[in-house]
Amino acid sequence: MKEVNRSIHKKEGMGLSMGKPAYTDDLVPQNALIIKVLRSPHPYARILNINTEKAEGLDKVKCVLTYKNVPRNIVTRAGQGYPEPSPHDKFVLDEYVRYIGDEVAAVAAEDEETAMLALKLIEVEYEILEPVLDFEKAVDNPSIIHTEEEAHEMFPIGFQPKRNIAAEYHMSFGDMEDTLENCEYVVTETYYTQAQNHTAMETHSCFSYIDIQGRLSIVSSTQTPFHVRRIVAEALGMPINNIRVIKPRIGGGYGGKQALHGELLSSLVTIRTGKPAKLIYSREDVFEASYSRHPMRVVVTIGADREANIKAIDMNILSNTGAYGEHALTVFMVAGSKTLPLYNKADAVHFGGTVVYTNHTPAGAFRGYGAIQGNFALESTIDILAGNIGIDPMEFRAKNMIKEGEGSPIFKIMGEGTEGVDMVMESCKLDFCMKRGLELCGWKQKFPRKQVAANKVRGIGGAIAMQGSGIPAIDMAAATIKLNDGGFFNLMVGATDIGTGSDTILAQIAAEVLDVSTDKIIVYSSDTDLTPFDCGAYASSTTYVSGNAVKNAAIKMKAQIEEIAAEKLGVRAEDVEMIDGVIKAKSRDASITLSDLSTQLYYSHKQKQLMTCESFSGEVSPPPFMAGFAEIEIDTETGKVDLVDYTAIVDCGITINPNLALIQVEGGLVQGIGMTLYEEVKYAESGKLLSNNFMKYNLPTRNEIRKLTVEFAKSYEPTGPHGAKSVGEIGIDTPPAAIANAIYNAIGVRFTKLPITSEDILLALRKKRS
Amino acid sequence: MINEITLRLNGETRTLDVNPLKRLLDVLREDCGLSGIKEGCGEGECGACSVLIDGVFMNACLYPVGKAEGKEVITIEGLVGTENYEVLKESFEQAGAVQCGFCSPGMIMAAESLLRKNPHPTEHQIREAISGNLCRCTGYNMIVEAVQLASKRGEGLW
Repeated sequence: MKEVNRSIHKKEGMGLSMGKPAYTDDLVPQNALIIKVLRSPHPYARILNINTEKAEGLDKVKCVLTYKNVPRNIVTRAGQGYPEPSPHDKFVLDEYVRYIGDEVAAVAAEDEETAMLALKLIEVEYEILEPVLDFEKAVDNPSIIHTEEEAHEMFPIGFQPKRNIAAEYHMSFGDMEDTLENCEYVVTETYYTQAQNHTAMETHSCFSYIDIQGRLSIVSSTQTPFHVRRIVAEALGMPINNIRVIKPRIGGGYGGKQALHGELLSSLVTIRTGKPAKLIYSREDVFEASYSRHPMRVVVTIGADREANIKAIDMNILSNTGAYGEHALTVFMVAGSKTLPLYNKADAVHFGGTVVYTNHTPAGAFRGYGAIQGNFALESTIDILAGNIGIDPMEFRAKNMIKEGEGSPIFKIMGEGTEGVDMVMESCKLDFCMKRGLELCGWKQKFPRKQVAANKVRGIGGAIAMQGSGIPAIDMAAATIKLNDGGFFNLMVGATDIGTGSDTILAQIAAEVLDVSTDKIIVYSSDTDLTPFDCGAYASSTTYVSGNAVKNAAIKMKAQIEEIAAEKLGVRAEDVEMIDGVIKAKSRDASITLSDLSTQLYYSHKQKQLMTCESFSGEVSPPPFMAGFAEIEIDTETGKVDLVDYTAIVDCGITINPNLALIQVEGGLVQGIGMTLYEEVKYAESGKLLSNNFMKYNLPTRNEIRKLTVEFAKSYEPTGPHGAKSVGEIGIDTPPAAIANAIYNAIGVRFTKLPITSEDILLALRKKRS
Repeated sequence: MINEITLRLNGETRTLDVNPLKRLLDVLREDCGLSGIKEGCGEGECGACSVLIDGVFMNACLYPVGKAEGKEVITIEGLVGTENYEVLKESFEQAGAVQCGFCSPGMIMAAESLLRKNPHPTEHQIREAISGNLCRCTGYNMIVEAVQLASKRGEGLW
């Protein structure tokens, strides 16, 4: 391999570090109207009267939107494939507001000061309704959050709005009761996870304008430009052919930018006024009025026989989707579908539960997408069970975990909102990941604990995880490759680089096939008018799904080049080969450079444009796997917990770009560590989010992360592009369970609720002592 | 209220007619057309708007432009083209420290500020120095490595 498995620098890295205009807010036309949103101060209320006259009376105010003057088409902003597995329960603006931060009205003015002033001049009379703030009391609560008759599901997802249920699902095989009865060891535990915020450094941003052809153009920090185009058309009731969505560089997404945020309001302002308009979220907006991870209660029961074989797993979940049901069903299902196959030899498995509406900030897609919540519960329980059996927890895992060549009934039963696909693991190096991780972290010497000072104890703990590589049979990606004179290529992909470096790795995949250097591949991504379709950057799909589309397009391009070159050289197509930009006849001494061939093609001889377009939709979704090991140190006097070392060994097949893959894993780990130890979400009794800025919501900085060690297993996925699987999410999954297990091993206290703060540890230590 | 404010911006004297209470961040982005300075939080917590004011590392989102009267402001655009920047950018690129890139200009300013004060920082000092700059994409490892590389390569520059 020449271009693949090389740490080539990110194509745009230099431009970004120089601060060149690249992100949405850098590109806004100078005369754009500034949009500000009036947000609800109540968790649940009906707007009885709204008076916008004074606001509209301001000279520089050009447009005020309320539920009274916007189209009333119900959609889901989730940004998923179509038909969506999320309930349609959101209007552009509605007379009901369902959480503190929900949109009441939008003002567009010539400057920010006027827009802010106009918000203050809008008079709203609310009928305050009883909110549902405790997700465990949401089902059949007398207060019903979605009473609108237009709300509906696109296909059966268990949507029961009158019961505050956004989605419901159950599956099982085997006889649970009987199997558990015959188990020697059975553990049941309940876990809670919090509403983690994505906190991409670039806040949600978009602007819109009418182009010279009278069409609406939207520039947005989105992970899903093609879904944005479809949903804007649907919500505003306008023809989709009048909309263009452009994705510039993105300052991080992690799932938060899969859904629509400001695009609907911005588009409507532009349509109404004919003027460019921008809507840039403040950090407070991001916290209070965009999305979080779905908080969950997960109850897990695992049963094992006398020989420590896992026989039964039961997972019951109550998930909180907040005020709107974006990703309600699918995140919850992934909590099972991307954890339960890890232990694929169980005779009886049940997974099920309910996703409820509450009057909190909505939840949505977030890296890990349910798998991290499920993993925390499953992998913590595995350690408890191993403790009861009296076996080393990693040995217990090794004995029961999925191996190469094996499958799991779960793969076929559970997809994302629909049935899944049957799979056999063609690449699964979990055994290596575990063995190598145990060596690197010094498990033998450190397990379970070490007293390192009078008041300092260290503990070590581990967990394993799996994710996916796109959504099989649903996600589709396409790529177009164009040969230019001079012998270089354009690669046009719908795939959405959100800062991950996917433009670079997709170019590497094409370059590998075409046997040219990666700098000969100029990438344009994510413009709905100019690039082919791609579902977008989510579900760990880009490397595998988009990568396969690129590979297919490149193979076709190579064949076309060889065919034309063969004709020129007077040999048969199978008698030529393209190496390093030169097409040679194998049988005799004749060759032509790609540069000469392409220049002749466009200027002088048998003129013809070479361009290929290919698509890919996965029949399977080969999971990346990993084993993670956390070593923590606790000050038993103060409760202070420090992460001393995190070791992660990952199997993501061949790494197309080892450095970019490494950043994906390290970045995922730190987000997982943040969720486990630092990122506390606090609400006031009123339902107001208190942790709504970086002062109150603690992100890990470089000071909190002492040592991270990441290695990749040697692995090759036959169905992946050049042997690759995806790697975007897997890194985030293990920290919650591995750290909770390490803390237990250090001090003998089992934490089942995230985050686990130093304060929690101190209180637990005191309780234990007394 | 509009005042005349004169400052040195990236080596040039600029006179601006602005509200002295306007945030330096907005003045730099809107009035001076500089895109390298980013707004990540608006509260001095994330460091995406880091600049040097009379050599002192500051968050421009917390700095009213009126206070910059007569001072020297350096943004990433002012650093670009200097020898220091060449070393920093090569080190950041080689270490693979640029991911989504939104925090990178601020991170490079933090590195410049650190190396000016301390050309040979320890790993701990580097961590401390960049702890005011949030990055949500990486594990920070590459960023620390980048600063170490720059310190080594830029021997004598700072």
